[in-house]
Amino acid sequence: MATKASRSAARLMMAPAVILLLGWMLVPLCMTLYFSFKKYLPLRGGDLGWVGFENYVRFFSSSAFWPSVQATLVIVGGVLVITIVFGILLAILLDQPMWGQGIVRILVIAPFFVMPTVSALVWKNMFMDPVNGLFAHLWKFFDATPIEWLSQASMTSLVIIVSWQWLPFATLILLTAIQSLDSEQLEAAEMDGAPPLSRFGYITLPHLSRAITVVVLIQTIFLLSIFAEIFVTTQGSFGTKTLTYLIYQRVLESQNVGLGSAGGIFAVILANIIAIFLMRIVGKNLDA
Amino acid sequence: MGQITLQQVTKKFGDVQVIPPLDLTIEDGEFTVFVGPSGCGKSTLLRLIAGLEDITSGTILIDGADATAISPAKRGLAMVFQSYALYPHMSVRKNIAFPMRMAGIDKAEQDRRIEQAATALNLTDYLDRRPGQLSGGQRQRVAIGRAIVREPAAFLFDEPLSNLDAALRVGMRLEISELHKRLETTMIYVTHDQVEAMTMADKIVVLRAGHIEQVGSPLDLYRTPRNVFVAGFIGSPKMNLIEGPEAAKHDAHTIGIRPEHIDVVESGGLWEGRVGVAEHLGSDTFFHVHDTGLAEMMTVRVAGEVNLRHGDRIHLNPRADQIHRFDDKGLRIQ
Ligand SMILES: Nc1ncnc2c1ncn2[C@@H]1O[C@H](COP(=O)(O)OP(=O)(O)O)[C@@H](O)[C@H]1O
Ligand SMILES: [Mg+2]
Repeated sequence: MATKASRSAARLMMAPAVILLLGWMLVPLCMTLYFSFKKYLPLRGGDLGWVGFENYVRFFSSSAFWPSVQATLVIVGGVLVITIVFGILLAILLDQPMWGQGIVRILVIAPFFVMPTVSALVWKNMFMDPVNGLFAHLWKFFDATPIEWLSQASMTSLVIIVSWQWLPFATLILLTAIQSLDSEQLEAAEMDGAPPLSRFGYITLPHLSRAITVVVLIQTIFLLSIFAEIFVTTQGSFGTKTLTYLIYQRVLESQNVGLGSAGGIFAVILANIIAIFLMRIVGKNLDA
Repeated sequence: MGQITLQQVTKKFGDVQVIPPLDLTIEDGEFTVFVGPSGCGKSTLLRLIAGLEDITSGTILIDGADATAISPAKRGLAMVFQSYALYPHMSVRKNIAFPMRMAGIDKAEQDRRIEQAATALNLTDYLDRRPGQLSGGQRQRVAIGRAIVREPAAFLFDEPLSNLDAALRVGMRLEISELHKRLETTMIYVTHDQVEAMTMADKIVVLRAGHIEQVGSPLDLYRTPRNVFVAGFIGSPKMNLIEGPEAAKHDAHTIGIRPEHIDVVESGGLWEGRVGVAEHLGSDTFFHVHDTGLAEMMTVRVAGEVNLRHGDRIHLNPRADQIHRFDDKGLRIQ
């Protein structure tokens, strides 16, 4: 890719993909922006004209707004912590030579292939059901009153369900990173007198920092928009109404497209702020 | 102190016996080189001594005490790896300090030793850099620095120079030799390069397939190789090995003569051949000689420059007192 000709050829070849991608992103974004300045109620009169920033003001000042931001951040933060901590532990375990390694690895990856709707349903009905769920049976076995997971511990339940789905992803990325660690470094540290925990802290963890950054970035982007899990389990009640879910309710349940679009634009801006913020703190790990 | 004794040490990976029962003593302060072709078990042997691999059977004594079950950190040995194994996210200073930090040595003493090592190894200007910002030779020195500050009973080197270019290799070879003279600590050095072995060692251990073929000083091995393998392995260019009727004349199965022990004469030499490739080094010239009827190809060293061209006839006279004789098992005949 050094000569002028090859560079312009490359540009030409990439153009269709770039244009498609831009269109894919820009058209919905512009339409959302367009609707966010309109009073648009499809079942109650349709397009009722421009309203300036009224939708934004209403969205931000609604009593559901701040709780939804908080719920979003709690879910994202909780899932990130759980997937990274357990991801590292699992990756270290899976890196050990053991019998049936291939099958165990596939089993660990499996939850990632289950659709969010399905996994949420399975968790809701099979594990967390207060009457028939496995957890309820476990609690009863120890003579305890079963927890009504989805109402009493709604946030915890959601974090557990979503973490279960994303743990394989984190594990997979961290496992490949651990496998790329030069074993001579660990041996050198061992000879230098570092006990196992220090070896982990001084050698393995710094080596994983780049992979952890990648996991944090990618997961944050996807977790900000989780929807199916909430829809299937709590339907946004018991304090689990995230920003995405709030927007969904505004657009589809209250049939207020303008208000929902204003929320959508806010979500886009929030996601970008968080992305820039993350890049800043952890992005240092990506270069070098 | 740093005397290391191996008694009947063996190592198996699964069913594969990499080290058959092996006895060896490395004296305190000695520079010992393990040399042998790739895959003969040199690294494995070194890692057994370091404690990075468990031995299958046998005993390892360090300064007379049984160290077989002692963890690598407690054996008091420092290792320099082929890949250097520096910690990439730590500065050079932190890399060198790491073993002292793990040992809980106080900060002032750490700084003193780092200073000393950095001065000795020419690293003072690089202490705040990361390993990734250093050249191969500098990384090598950091790895050595990290080993020195521990003040170990013995240093273990696993092919430390094989990632360096030829000029640097010669330089580092000297530095390591000088380090040994200064510290007078036991060093075990693994290499597949017989030149490194010959130039650095007090004692060379020649290994083949895990077996010790011969142990001795470089000149011992050069003068009296115990068998055909050692004869062919030690010395550069390789010794010429001749079988058949010519060997039979000397009552041997195989005879060996080094390239530097064959004289080129104008005429009337004992052997005769045709010049193939000539390697002109300036100080010496190596002729590859074909069609001698003795061996596929023979190498002859001539001091200085000699005017012989490709295809010329060449007359050779071996020095009778420099002919090595081996029996049909490849063992030396005295
Ligand atoms: N961890 C291991 N598992 C199985 N075989 C090994 C292992 N390490 C080394 N070997 C085998 O042991 C032999 C000696 O290896 P090594 O000591 O690395 O040789 P060298 O350092 O002399 O080149 C080789 O045949 C190698 O394949
Ligand atoms: Mg080796």
